[in-house]
Amino acid sequence: MYSDKVMDHFMHPRNVGEIADADGIGEMGNPVCGDMMTFYIKVENNRLTDVKFKTFGCGAAIAVSSMTSEMAIGKTLEEAMLITPQSVADELGGLPKVKFHCSNLGADALHQAIDDYRKKKGLPPLSSSEHDHGHDHDDEAEGEAPSCDAPCKV
Amino acid sequence: MPKVYLDHISANPVLPEVVQAMLPFVAERYGNASSLHSWGQAARDCVEAARSQVAALIGALPSEIIFTSSGTEANNLAIKGLALANEKKGKHILCSAIEHASVLNPARALKKYGFELELIPVDRHGLVDPDEVKRRLRADTVLVSVMQANNEIGTIEPLAEIAAFTREKGVVFHTDAVASAGNIPVNVSKLGVDALSLSANQFYGPAGAAALWLRRGVRATPILDGGFQEDNRRAGSENVAGIIGMGKAAELAAARMSERMSQLTALRDRLLAGIPARIERVVATGHPTLRLPGHASFCIEFIEGESMLLWLDASGVAVSSVSACTSRALKTSHVLLATGMEQALAQGSVVFSLGVNNTVKDVDYVLETLTGIVNNLRQMSPLYAKFIKGVS
Repeated sequence: MYSDKVMDHFMHPRNVGEIADADGIGEMGNPVCGDMMTFYIKVENNRLTDVKFKTFGCGAAIAVSSMTSEMAIGKTLEEAMLITPQSVADELGGLPKVKFHCSNLGADALHQAIDDYRKKKGLPPLSSSEHDHGHDHDDEAEGEAPSCDAPCKV
Repeated sequence: MPKVYLDHISANPVLPEVVQAMLPFVAERYGNASSLHSWGQAARDCVEAARSQVAALIGALPSEIIFTSSGTEANNLAIKGLALANEKKGKHILCSAIEHASVLNPARALKKYGFELELIPVDRHGLVDPDEVKRRLRADTVLVSVMQANNEIGTIEPLAEIAAFTREKGVVFHTDAVASAGNIPVNVSKLGVDALSLSANQFYGPAGAAALWLRRGVRATPILDGGFQEDNRRAGSENVAGIIGMGKAAELAAARMSERMSQLTALRDRLLAGIPARIERVVATGHPTLRLPGHASFCIEFIEGESMLLWLDASGVAVSSVSACTSRALKTSHVLLATGMEQALAQGSVVFSLGVNNTVKDVDYVLETLTGIVNNLRQMSPLYAKFIKGVS
């Protein structure tokens, strides 16, 4: 079902953990859907010097988190904003179609962590319509009755 | 690395004796059981012998057995066939909320013919309360379907108590016994049902061979249009090799039933006791005692079923899960939801189903392996981190 690369990142995830003094934290997904990830970032001179994550979810969700963290470390914030669910899936050698939307939340969680960092600095968010790719982030923020049909558009 | 298969609810090995019985009919004995020549009649004789073996397993008459290609087909024939044959009497159907998709979906499909499907709730152990059935029986109820044992949570339903009410009202009562027939004693007279589905692979027969038992005098409208096989009740040339395999497997299941049940119950109870003893925050699903001998199922908090399943597989262990991520539809199990299981907890589903080749050593390996896997996955779970910090 999964590519060798997905299995490698699932079985040996890179950068698992929390950053106690993180500069930004982002959280995406919902345990009700079966996938939820929290990203922690450290920023120096507008560059991601460290990225860590914790993920509850399926094989794809864990592999996506691992790959996203690997792709992000060392990038400037603007470069990191260009990481998309599609580019993460491409780097993983593809994801099963059924997994693409629900489990592929790493880029979103990372972008949220970056915006969290900028907010603390009094800066406007970098995320805008260009990173809107179909996920209804607001559904989660609103705290509606959690249901997989709402936050994870399948 | 040990190889431990604990997914017998999905598929079973075929016993060597069954393979031996089937082999001649796979190759050289190829007569069509409906043909009048000696090739055909030899096949017919063996099909009829198998029919008797299958009937004997469930305490039925051979003429009441209709061979089908799968449990799904048997359930479709039961639900659609029994509803349509009785539609002049009414169009109300009652099914338990935890039925298999091969019962619920044909029942839903009947809506286009004007039928109404009503679901019977279950308690937190997955048990149907017979009084809930009684309360829902109406003048226009034509069919009740409650499974004998649930494949996801293992619970065995009180069929005889339900049958007392359906019989009193003259309503046809079907049971999907795919997960149970061949694994626990099934006697259609004692159960009091009118129709029962069973599948060969669930008792170490071949896949592709199954049957619907219909009590004499109960009519079901055929769902396949074609020839006059199976006494005009199921069209299509008989799967001779498969049917012969099913017959042999039924004979062996009847002969070895009590021996298998005590072996599997001991292993099951070792899992049921061993997992909560080793892992905190685990909920056993289904009924603690009224359950299939080889079935142990859990929801493990803070982690997700598919990642558990993949890690167990990498450790040589095959299991099932009914988490949303492991389902094609990405939906949380309707069975777990019907028992009132919290959606987030339902994602941690893991289902162990034991078979006759399993040993105590297998179970102990799984207990040890699972503990490590759960710990690893929890270490990377944000939900577990919150739990530890006392946030949630």
